[in-house]
Amino acid sequence: MGMFQNLLRRHAAALRALLVLTAVCGVLYPLAVTAVAQLPGLKAKADGSYVSADGRRAGSALIGQSFTDAQGRPLKQYFQSRPSAAGDGYDPASSGASNLGPENVVDTKDGPSLLSQVCARSKAVGELEGVDGRRPYCTPGGAGAVLAVFGPRDTAGTVVHPTRVISVNEPCPAAPFRSEYRGARVECAAGGQDYRDGVIVPVRGDAPARPAVPSDAVTASGSGLDPDISPAYARLQAPRIARERGLPAAQVERLIRANTTGRAAGFMGDPVVNVLKLNIALDKAAPFRG
Amino acid sequence: MGATTAGVVFIGSLLLALAAVHVPLGDHMYRVYSSTRHRRVERALYRTMGVDPDAEQGWGAYARSVLAFSLVSVLLLYGLQRLQSHLLLSLGMKNVPDHVAWNTAVSFVTNTNWQSYSGESTMGHLVQMAGLAVQNFVSAAVGMAVAMAFVRGLARKRTGDLGNFWVDLTRGVLRILLPIAVVAAVVLVAGGAVQNFAGPHTVGTLAGHPQTLTGGPVASQEAIKELGTNGGGFYNANSAHPFENPTAWTNWIEIFLLVVIASALPRTFGRMAGQKRQGYAIVAVMGVLAVLSICATTAAQVAHHGTVPQAVGSAAEGTEARFGIVDSAMFATATTLTSTGAVDSFHDSYTSLGGGMAMLNMMLGEVAPGGVGSGLYGMLILAIITVFVAGLMVGRTPEYLGKKIGAREMKLASLYFLVTPGLVLTGTAIAMAFPGPRASMLNGGPHGFSEVLYAFTSASNNNGSAFAGLTVNTPFYDVALGLAMLLGRFLPIVLVLALAGSLARQTPVPVSAGTLPTHRLQFVGMVAGVTLVLVALTFFPALALGPLAEGIR
Repeated sequence: MGMFQNLLRRHAAALRALLVLTAVCGVLYPLAVTAVAQLPGLKAKADGSYVSADGRRAGSALIGQSFTDAQGRPLKQYFQSRPSAAGDGYDPASSGASNLGPENVVDTKDGPSLLSQVCARSKAVGELEGVDGRRPYCTPGGAGAVLAVFGPRDTAGTVVHPTRVISVNEPCPAAPFRSEYRGARVECAAGGQDYRDGVIVPVRGDAPARPAVPSDAVTASGSGLDPDISPAYARLQAPRIARERGLPAAQVERLIRANTTGRAAGFMGDPVVNVLKLNIALDKAAPFRG
Repeated sequence: MGATTAGVVFIGSLLLALAAVHVPLGDHMYRVYSSTRHRRVERALYRTMGVDPDAEQGWGAYARSVLAFSLVSVLLLYGLQRLQSHLLLSLGMKNVPDHVAWNTAVSFVTNTNWQSYSGESTMGHLVQMAGLAVQNFVSAAVGMAVAMAFVRGLARKRTGDLGNFWVDLTRGVLRILLPIAVVAAVVLVAGGAVQNFAGPHTVGTLAGHPQTLTGGPVASQEAIKELGTNGGGFYNANSAHPFENPTAWTNWIEIFLLVVIASALPRTFGRMAGQKRQGYAIVAVMGVLAVLSICATTAAQVAHHGTVPQAVGSAAEGTEARFGIVDSAMFATATTLTSTGAVDSFHDSYTSLGGGMAMLNMMLGEVAPGGVGSGLYGMLILAIITVFVAGLMVGRTPEYLGKKIGAREMKLASLYFLVTPGLVLTGTAIAMAFPGPRASMLNGGPHGFSEVLYAFTSASNNNGSAFAGLTVNTPFYDVALGLAMLLGRFLPIVLVLALAGSLARQTPVPVSAGTLPTHRLQFVGMVAGVTLVLVALTFFPALALGPLAEGIR
C-alpha cells in the first residue's frame, strides 16, 4: 500500500509541476514576448512584414509569390520567383521542399524525376529569356538524359555489350536524344514499363558546365516560400522586363540593385534579390499596360 | 568577399562565439546547479508542486521522478491534441488523429521533436504554445538535470545522493532556459520572425491570386526550439520557413543557440568535478569530432557530386537563396551533431555523402556536443568506455576521476551504448521487411533505404530531423518511431542514473603511476578514436547500403 501511495504522490507532484511550468513557459513566456513585440519597430515585423501595393496588402515581404497567370504561365512583365514545392506553388498552408534525392533521375507514373524537372525548368527559362537553356544530363527536349541498359554485366557492373537500351525519360513515340549506345539502338520508353532492372546510366552530353540559367532558377527551395532569387537570376530576367515595360535597361538594373540585400555583416548567407518588393517597385516606376 | 571565404568566416565566427561564452555560461550553469539557495519564486513553485526542495534523492528516486514527470507530460500533451477542436485558439483545426497524437506527444517529451504532421495545417496556437513549446523547455531541462545528476555521481563520494530532480528541473527552466529564450525571441522578432495570435489571413498577390498566411507565437517557440535542442518547427518547413528564420543573420543566431548550452556544459562538468581540465578534455573531444564533421559535410555539399547536383551546377535543391550552400550545410551539421533536428534546408535532397554525414553525426550518439545534457552524459559514457579499452590495452586499472570502472559500471556503460544501435538497426530491418512501410519511400534505390535508415536513426537518437520524403504519418511509422524515441530516451537515462548511483557510492582511489591521465591530448585523441571506431563498426554495413552505395562510384 505504501508503494502505491508513493507512486500516487510522485505522479501528483509531477502533474502539479507540469501545470505550473505550463503556466510559466506556455502562457506567460509567449505573452511576454508578444508584449515586447508590440514596440514600434518590432510590431510590423511581428505581424508578418506585410507590404502594400496600390494601397492594399499585397503579401508579406518574407513570403514568396508566384507571378503567373491562372494557367501557371509566367507573367512576362514580372520577375519570376524560384520553382516551389509548397502545394501548387508558394502555398503557405503547405510549406516544404521537394525532398527528391540527388540520384532521382527516372520518371515514374507518380511524376517526373528531379532531374527531368530541373531539365524542363532550364529549357523553359532559357526560352523565356532567350538564352541557352541546356544543362548537363539533360536532353534537348528538356528531360533527364538517362538510359536503362540491359545485357550481361562485367565484374564492375558495366554492360559492355548491351542487348537493349531505353531512354527512360522519353516516352514513345519520342525520338530518343541519341540513336545508339555501345552498338545498341536506343529505344523510347513504353508506358507502364519498369526499367529498374537495367543499369541506370545518366548521360552527361555536351552542355556547358556553367549553364546560362542559374541554379536557383531550376531548383525548389527548402520552404517552398523563398522570397528571394540570386542577383544572377534577376539580371537574366532584366532584358525581358525592360522590353515588356518599355523601360531603359539601366533603370531596371537600378531597381534590381535597390532591392538586393548583400551578405549580412559581409559574410552571412548569399546576396539575394527580393522578388515581391522588386515587382512592386517596378509597378510603381512603370505601370504595365498589357 | 567570395562565397567560399564568406562560408569559412561564417563557420569560424560561430566557433569563436561559442568559445567566447563557454566559460561564462558554463560557470553560470555550475552556480545554478550547485547553489543551496532557493529564490522566492522557486520556493513558491515547490510549494505548489508539493515537493521538498532540500530533500536529496538516490538514483532510483531521481529516475522515478524523471519517469513520472515524462509520463504525465506524454498524457497531457496527448490529451491536448485529441481535444484540440474544443479548446481556445484552435483556428478551426480538427482533433489530431490518435497515432499522430501519440507520436507527437512522445516526440516532444523525449526532446526529439520528430514531426509526422505539418504544423500549419494540424496544430492550433494553444497546442503549439501551451503543449509543444512547454515540452521544448521541460524536456531540455530534464536532459540537463540528468546530466547534472550523473556529474554529481562522478564528483561525490560515499553517498547515495544525486540531488533533487524537481529542483534541477525548475532551476534549469527558470535560471537558464527562460532568460536566454526571452532575449533570443526578441532578437528573432527584430530579424522578422513573426509573433502574434492572428488567425489565417488571406491577401491578394500581385499576380491576383489569393495567398493565405498563418501567423502565430512563432518567435517565442523558435528561440526555445533551438536553445533546448528540440527542433520541432511551428511550420512544416521548419527553420527554412522565412517566418521562423527570416534572414542570413537569424540563421547564424539559430545555429549559435542550438549549440551553445551543450558546448558550455563540459565547463560546468569541470567545475563540478573540481578539475576544470577534465572539462576542457571533454569539450576538446567534442570540438575535434565537430570540426571533422563540419569539414566533411561542407566539402560534400560544395563539391556537389551526383547526377542532379551536377546538372544543376550546385547542391541548391531544398536550400534557401538567402542562406546559401555553406551556411545551410553548417546548420545541417549543427542540428545533427546536437539532438536538435531543426532544418534550414532539406537533407533528403543533399548530396549522397552530405546526407550520409548528417546520418553519421546522429550515429555518433549526438555527443559533439550533443543535446542539452544528453550530449554531456553521452560523451562521459564514451570517456568511461575509453578508459576501459585503454586499461585492457596497456594493463592499467580502469578509473575515471578516481572512480573505479568495475564490472557493474562497464555493464551499464555498454548497455547504454548498445541501446540506440539496437533500436536503429532493428527498426530499419523491420520496416524494410514489410511492403507497407517500404511503400512510404519517396525516392527509389539506395536513397529510399536511406530515408528509412535516417528515420530510425533520428528517432532513436532523439534528433528529429528527417529525410522528409518518407511518408511517416502512417500508423506503422507513428507507432514504431514513437517506440524508438521513447526507448532511445529513457533507457539511456535510467542506465546513466544507475551508473551515477554506483559511482557516487565509491571511495575515490588516489592517483598513482598506474592511473591513466584523462585530461591530456592523448586521452582526447583516444576518446575521439574509440567513438569513431565503435560507430563505424556498428553502422558501416547499414551506411554501405544507403548513402555510400549511392554516393561512391
